[in-house]
Amino acid sequence: MTTDEKLVYMANQIALNFARLGRDDAVAATADHIARFWDPGMKTRIFNCLLETGASLSATAAEAVRSLGAKTTEPR
Amino acid sequence: MAWARETDLGAKASTAKSGATVTLAIDGERIEVPVGTSIMRAAALIGARIPRLCATDSLEAFGSCRLCLVEIDGRASFPASCTTPVAEGMVVRTQTETLARLRRGVMELYVSDHPLDCLTCAANGDCELQDVAGAVGLRNVRYGYAGANHLAADHDGSNPYFDFDPTKCVVCSRCVRACDEVQGTFALTVDGRGFASKIAASQDEPFFGSECVSCGACIQACPTAALQEKSVAKIGIPDRAVVTTCAYCGVGCAFRAEMRGEELVRMVPWKEGKANHGHSCVKGRFAWGYANHRDRILEPMVRSRIDEPWRKVSWDEAIAHTAAEFRRIQAEHGPRAIGAITSSRCTNEETFLVQKLVRQGFGVNNIDTCARVCHSPTGYGLNSTFGTSAGTQDFDSVMAADVIVIIGANPTDGHPVFASQMKRRLRQGARMIIIDPRRIDLARTPHVEADYHLALRPGTNVPVLTAMAHVIVTEGLADEAFIRERCEWDAFEDWAAFVAEPERSPEATEALTSVSAAALRGAARLYASGGNGAIYYGLGVTEHSQGSSAVMAIANLAMVTGNIGREGVGVNPLRGQNNVQGSCDMGSFPHELSGYRHISDNAVRSLFEADWGVTLDAEPGLRIPNMLDAAVDGEFKGLIIQGEDILQSDPNTAHVAAGLAAMECVVVHDLFLNETANYAHVFLPGSTFLEKDGTFVNAERRIQRVRKVMAPKARFADWEAVQLLARAFGLDWNYSHPSQIMDEIARLTPTFSGVSYAALDAAGSMQWPVNAAAPGGTPTMHVGTFARGKGRFVVTDYIPTDEKTGPRFPLLLTTGRILSQYNVGAQTRRTENIAWHDEDVLEIHPHDAEDRGLADGDWASLKSRSGETTLCVQVTDRVAPGVVYTTFHHPATQANVVTTEFSDWATNCPEYKVTAVQVAPSNRRSSWQERYETHSLATRRIEATPR
Repeated sequence: MTTDEKLVYMANQIALNFARLGRDDAVAATADHIARFWDPGMKTRIFNCLLETGASLSATAAEAVRSLGAKTTEPR
Repeated sequence: MAWARETDLGAKASTAKSGATVTLAIDGERIEVPVGTSIMRAAALIGARIPRLCATDSLEAFGSCRLCLVEIDGRASFPASCTTPVAEGMVVRTQTETLARLRRGVMELYVSDHPLDCLTCAANGDCELQDVAGAVGLRNVRYGYAGANHLAADHDGSNPYFDFDPTKCVVCSRCVRACDEVQGTFALTVDGRGFASKIAASQDEPFFGSECVSCGACIQACPTAALQEKSVAKIGIPDRAVVTTCAYCGVGCAFRAEMRGEELVRMVPWKEGKANHGHSCVKGRFAWGYANHRDRILEPMVRSRIDEPWRKVSWDEAIAHTAAEFRRIQAEHGPRAIGAITSSRCTNEETFLVQKLVRQGFGVNNIDTCARVCHSPTGYGLNSTFGTSAGTQDFDSVMAADVIVIIGANPTDGHPVFASQMKRRLRQGARMIIIDPRRIDLARTPHVEADYHLALRPGTNVPVLTAMAHVIVTEGLADEAFIRERCEWDAFEDWAAFVAEPERSPEATEALTSVSAAALRGAARLYASGGNGAIYYGLGVTEHSQGSSAVMAIANLAMVTGNIGREGVGVNPLRGQNNVQGSCDMGSFPHELSGYRHISDNAVRSLFEADWGVTLDAEPGLRIPNMLDAAVDGEFKGLIIQGEDILQSDPNTAHVAAGLAAMECVVVHDLFLNETANYAHVFLPGSTFLEKDGTFVNAERRIQRVRKVMAPKARFADWEAVQLLARAFGLDWNYSHPSQIMDEIARLTPTFSGVSYAALDAAGSMQWPVNAAAPGGTPTMHVGTFARGKGRFVVTDYIPTDEKTGPRFPLLLTTGRILSQYNVGAQTRRTENIAWHDEDVLEIHPHDAEDRGLADGDWASLKSRSGETTLCVQVTDRVAPGVVYTTFHHPATQANVVTTEFSDWATNCPEYKVTAVQVAPSNRRSSWQERYETHSLATRRIEATPR
């Protein structure tokens, strides 16, 4: 797997493990998990993956990454 | 301190729990002792040493040597003081003319059948027989020495570490009883009767080939030189002793390092050690020879490229070169292009400094630790449910357990000293449930047998644990009062509804897990209703795609049954390496500072920023696998690796090699040119645990001192080398002793706030949290309330791994450890332990072996989607059909060539325990092994130093 494929795999894996929470909570939990445990470069990269190859991210993971991307583009 | 034998009161303390005492007089002195105390012990407490040979305070009284006779007013004859309990008003005399005559008579008999070679005996000066002969005033032996005797008995030198000389044996049975009572192996016996009595190992075999596990308990118990360390015979009796902590597994045994000058003579387990109570295993007791091994590198080395030979340089040059390279990399590739890995083999003080160097000096959080690949799911799982990442009990708690559950751990091999304690409790009647694909030794061992061994299919921990929860919830076995008082009720209701679903039942999951529904129901009922239930787990839980889920499932089980927050119960991760707990406590993970506080927490970060005088990055850094991925992508270029060998220990070796090879400056700080060093550009020589001061934290959160017994052979202790690096990075560090580092840790870490070297020296050891609320430490956690307040049940949906068996890879490989070797074997392979395990072998079930035409000892190819290696097979029904097992101790095998990069969903802990493989006969090493050997030889060259 390339690094991009791994990141997508990892995001989908996280989302799948939170799926039981229901869609909205799973999105929030997935986004929170990535925010708390991934380095900024990984976050940027998965956000770019979403823009470029979004189809391989699950719906929950994609929404989580999208919400993170919105946050990371905000001024810090 | 000057060397002296440890105080031995001759008999164990009373086990009476009533608290009642009795008062008696011994040699005219009044003494009050607990009811049940033996006269021998009571006498010893007032300083009266009654001669003895068969008695010692680590063993039950035996009463065979007839030397400890005393006189008691009102009693006829001369009772043995070791087996006679005190009584109210008793008047005892330990020294009278009659007693002296009797004792001399007994000693005459012993000595008449003993070689009189004291001056050349290895135990001269450390021999209880010699001491007693002196104490009773033995001056001659009326019987002479020409009668029938045992002086021609054969000497057994088969064990690499100790000799058995039966000519010096007094058949006191202390060795036999130590093997039974202390170690629990039952390898020794007294063979024959009367004069023919002799000590025999197994079926009268040489020690090396017997069931003896070389724990050393028999040697420690032996009152003569019959069982004697070879190192003492070679070097002589020690002249000083320093109490320190073992640098092998997470049990954290306290030892006396017994020295002659700067030479280590032997390591003797310290009776006051609260984790080991005077017991040891073959690694801690004997396998310290690596510290002096010729392979140790004692000078720093550098090279520009890994295909160049190493060049020996000064410390100044190596440090300056490293700093210059790391600065260049940051300038060319950005600040996040460098990082470090801390070691669970190093001290707390050293790991704290390495993470501080990265955060304060490099300005990033790219710091990770080897716990990433073992217990990181424990951190996530226990933090999510209980509120902190640590085992809940002390080891002694197991003595109050009624049902012991062992999941994915092999204590007799991985944590042998604790396993001995566990076996003691099991022999007392505790019940046992084992959940493991492999039939570990504890499943059936002398006087111990598991009530249930759930031999699950690898990768199915979560459905098995959830099915246990299903039984507990649906059969009304939950402890509702506990849950209502201690846990979040809403979360419990959600979880209970989840586990109660029919598809979670044992019957529904039986086909998936291979565990019979009836056995699983029985095990669940036993755990929930058998009294105090204590869970112990290991890497067989964590090293899965669902590692964190399995840890949370275990925590759920403890909460639903109320088995948490008191002695005898709890959730206990058995930590693999000596300081896994400590290295995690010290802020080695990229997302958190010491004490498990997230780096994004402004208040926590401010505390460190104020102390360190820098602004810290609020974003998590890279984890080890992420570092390697980034390296392959050309984004991560510089890495310091202290005390780890990631090339051998981490999964998918080819990918690790690619990552390391892609970096521009890899710094290995280690004792040896390990496998990772084959890809390094700077080598900094490390120091052993004997060469430095510091602390380790064991699996029960016990903080213990490591004490320097000799000067660092490579000039600097590891903490000093890190300080040199920090100064080269412009940091104004001025620690002159590790105690100052601990003071800083205590200042910045609430769970360590009461810890100092002075406090540790006074207490011996302390279990964190040590703070104002618990100044003496905390043996049991979550008493009354959880660290997070209310315990939280977490739904643990089972998401199967994507590593699937199929026609090409029909078997499942799982990996683990064995008793004699430790982790990647860098230390133990450089000791005589190699005699027990000189290569990794592949365990395979007879059916699978026969299908493939394989017999015991045949070479076989082990192939997965990641890679291939060749090793010998061992045909055994210890593993189930469809499952194979190997260890990862030898670089010639490199089991991790085969493992994959699938990992725990929450933490990226690798899935070592589930790899789909094929096994086939082979007559050659794999191409990887051949290529790697060539590479290894080429990259280990050291340039000749001009004279």
